[in-house]
Amino acid sequence: MTHELWSFYTFMLKSRLFEEAIANLWHDGLISGEMHLGIGEEGIIAGVVSNLREGDAMALDHRGTAALLMRGIDPVIILRELLGYPDGLCGGMGGHMHLFSKEHLAASSGIVGAEGPTANGFALSAQYLNPGAIAVAFFGDGAMNQGMLMESLNLASVWNLPVLFVCKDDGWAITTQSEKMTGGDLNERARGLGIPAVEVDGCDVSEVWEAAHPAIERARSGQGPAFLHARCVHLEGHFLGFQLLRIVRDPLREVPEIAAPLTHSLLRLGGAALRERLAGLKKVLETVLSTLRDSRRDSDIDPVRRARSTLLSEPTRLRELEEKIEQEISQVLASALAEVPS
Amino acid sequence: MRTLYFTQAIDDALAQAMADDPRIVVFGEDIPLLRRNLLVRFGPRRVRGTPISESAFLGTGVAAAMTGLRPVVEMYMVDFLGVCMDALLNHAAKVETFSGGKWNAPVVVRVPCGGGYGDGGQHEQSLWGWLAHIPGLTVLVPSTPADAGGLMLAALQHDGPVIFLEHKLLSQTWLEFLGSGARRTVQFDVPAKGAQGAVPQDWEPVPIGKAVLRRAGDDVTIVSVGVGVHRAIEAAEVLETEGILAGVLDLRTVSPLDKTAVREAVAQTGRLLVVDEDYEGFGLSGELSAVLLETGISCKYARVCTETTIPYARHLEDQILPNRERIYTSVRELMQ
Repeated sequence: MTHELWSFYTFMLKSRLFEEAIANLWHDGLISGEMHLGIGEEGIIAGVVSNLREGDAMALDHRGTAALLMRGIDPVIILRELLGYPDGLCGGMGGHMHLFSKEHLAASSGIVGAEGPTANGFALSAQYLNPGAIAVAFFGDGAMNQGMLMESLNLASVWNLPVLFVCKDDGWAITTQSEKMTGGDLNERARGLGIPAVEVDGCDVSEVWEAAHPAIERARSGQGPAFLHARCVHLEGHFLGFQLLRIVRDPLREVPEIAAPLTHSLLRLGGAALRERLAGLKKVLETVLSTLRDSRRDSDIDPVRRARSTLLSEPTRLRELEEKIEQEISQVLASALAEVPS
Repeated sequence: MRTLYFTQAIDDALAQAMADDPRIVVFGEDIPLLRRNLLVRFGPRRVRGTPISESAFLGTGVAAAMTGLRPVVEMYMVDFLGVCMDALLNHAAKVETFSGGKWNAPVVVRVPCGGGYGDGGQHEQSLWGWLAHIPGLTVLVPSTPADAGGLMLAALQHDGPVIFLEHKLLSQTWLEFLGSGARRTVQFDVPAKGAQGAVPQDWEPVPIGKAVLRRAGDDVTIVSVGVGVHRAIEAAEVLETEGILAGVLDLRTVSPLDKTAVREAVAQTGRLLVVDEDYEGFGLSGELSAVLLETGISCKYARVCTETTIPYARHLEDQILPNRERIYTSVRELMQ
């Protein structure tokens, strides 16, 4: 696998450096609105996307830049889209949650769970028009509770659609811990609908590839959909500027603003008995404390670092590769920023 | 009188109502964090989080409202009502008619709407006309903190389903959560009088279906809701320097529509400009022209609305959403 690992690492490092550049532009105010990065899920994206061929389709969520980059879309035009420029990937009209490439059969959506029906439709077309092609749906664990995604799993099962459903499970549905809002087991849910499910460590790109490859080949050969459950960690939280991470990273600035009205509400006349109020306070504190204990703070779960530690056995080759990628991404950044439209 | 921010005012009025009425419960995605101040005052039995399952929890809210609770169901954005429209369209809006008037669903759907912060066309829509199109739904669009709190109280007392739209550009809370992420490097064109303002010490309901004249003017009547009201007032101030006196009528409620107020104002000025952040076709702006034509009031008419899917690029978004320049240009044309 080391041979493939070099190629996976190339994918992942490019994506990481690209998204770090995006984060800087967002912090500088050059990218507007919510910005959801794939930082931390590169292992899943690389392990799946490296299996795709021409004619395969991708249904992406609001966190699609890594997948588009790895699928081979020009990073300069992705970046120019995020900057809102008329020569961006979608003419500056879509923005980062709504990225589309007809050429690459890639469609994004900011509507949680919409990847299910979209991937099914791409797969249905493939059944008629391009047998052997498949569709991938990338979504988070929060989306697993969305009706349209559950319905899509069933439809893909009964229509035997060539879809790989990839659940990128970081344990969080925005500010809510998924385990508190999800009944049963996600793999069993898929199996209950007749779809084979595989659980992998999404931080280990090779493990993802090992699971995705046979599932995709199986779908290509007309044996129907599969469900890949890959755990990962979003190192930047749900989106940039995520309130829970701000509380943890800059408590002196954030905590007083939150604590004063909270204390006021706790003590205010009218409302629940003290026991209920304390139960409410406990819930708020639990959310913040679970962010503190969150694996986001543990660098071992970084898929890029994990791959790198193996490749360190060839330090010269690694250094040369990293220098090349760093150079490439800084050129991308320079080209994307070179001409500001008037 | 106190001064509160827009979202603070809504939460404050909601808290007052919750203290008085134990039937009120609040739920939605991420509510334990977003409504943490209500959670620590009223406890987790009355303020709770949901999975990302809009059709399930909105439908649950509708049926719970039919059986004694007064649920406030929160949605992240009005755009996401697309996922769960059935609960409103085919259930909440129809139960009163279907039951021969014997049963209703007093659910309040509190949902942020509107653009102006660069979140793109799937996250910045207004959609109040789309909702008001359905008989049986009450649709509220406050433009000031005082109206926001007062209308929330009225919504909670209303015996039917109410969609309470909270414009994100007026909400410091939502703008920080979704727009800036605490960045100091981005600016938004926030109407100051809508974002923060005087509110009563004790909330009283603001009557549903009553418009308010925000500014008197004999030459032309500008009718709007939400952020559009503030854009209209700003444009009217510019027009006044040219000797054009524009009145601004804030509908506050899209459905039921205060037809009397619209007819009285336009009958006086003979000119109507509708400023509507919602889509232009088949919506509020066309409805207002029908309201006048039905009673034989003829007037010069124009509208400044959102005509297309909202672009992501900030400068394009600023042109597509109703802005001051488009408003005063249209008024000047109406005056010719």
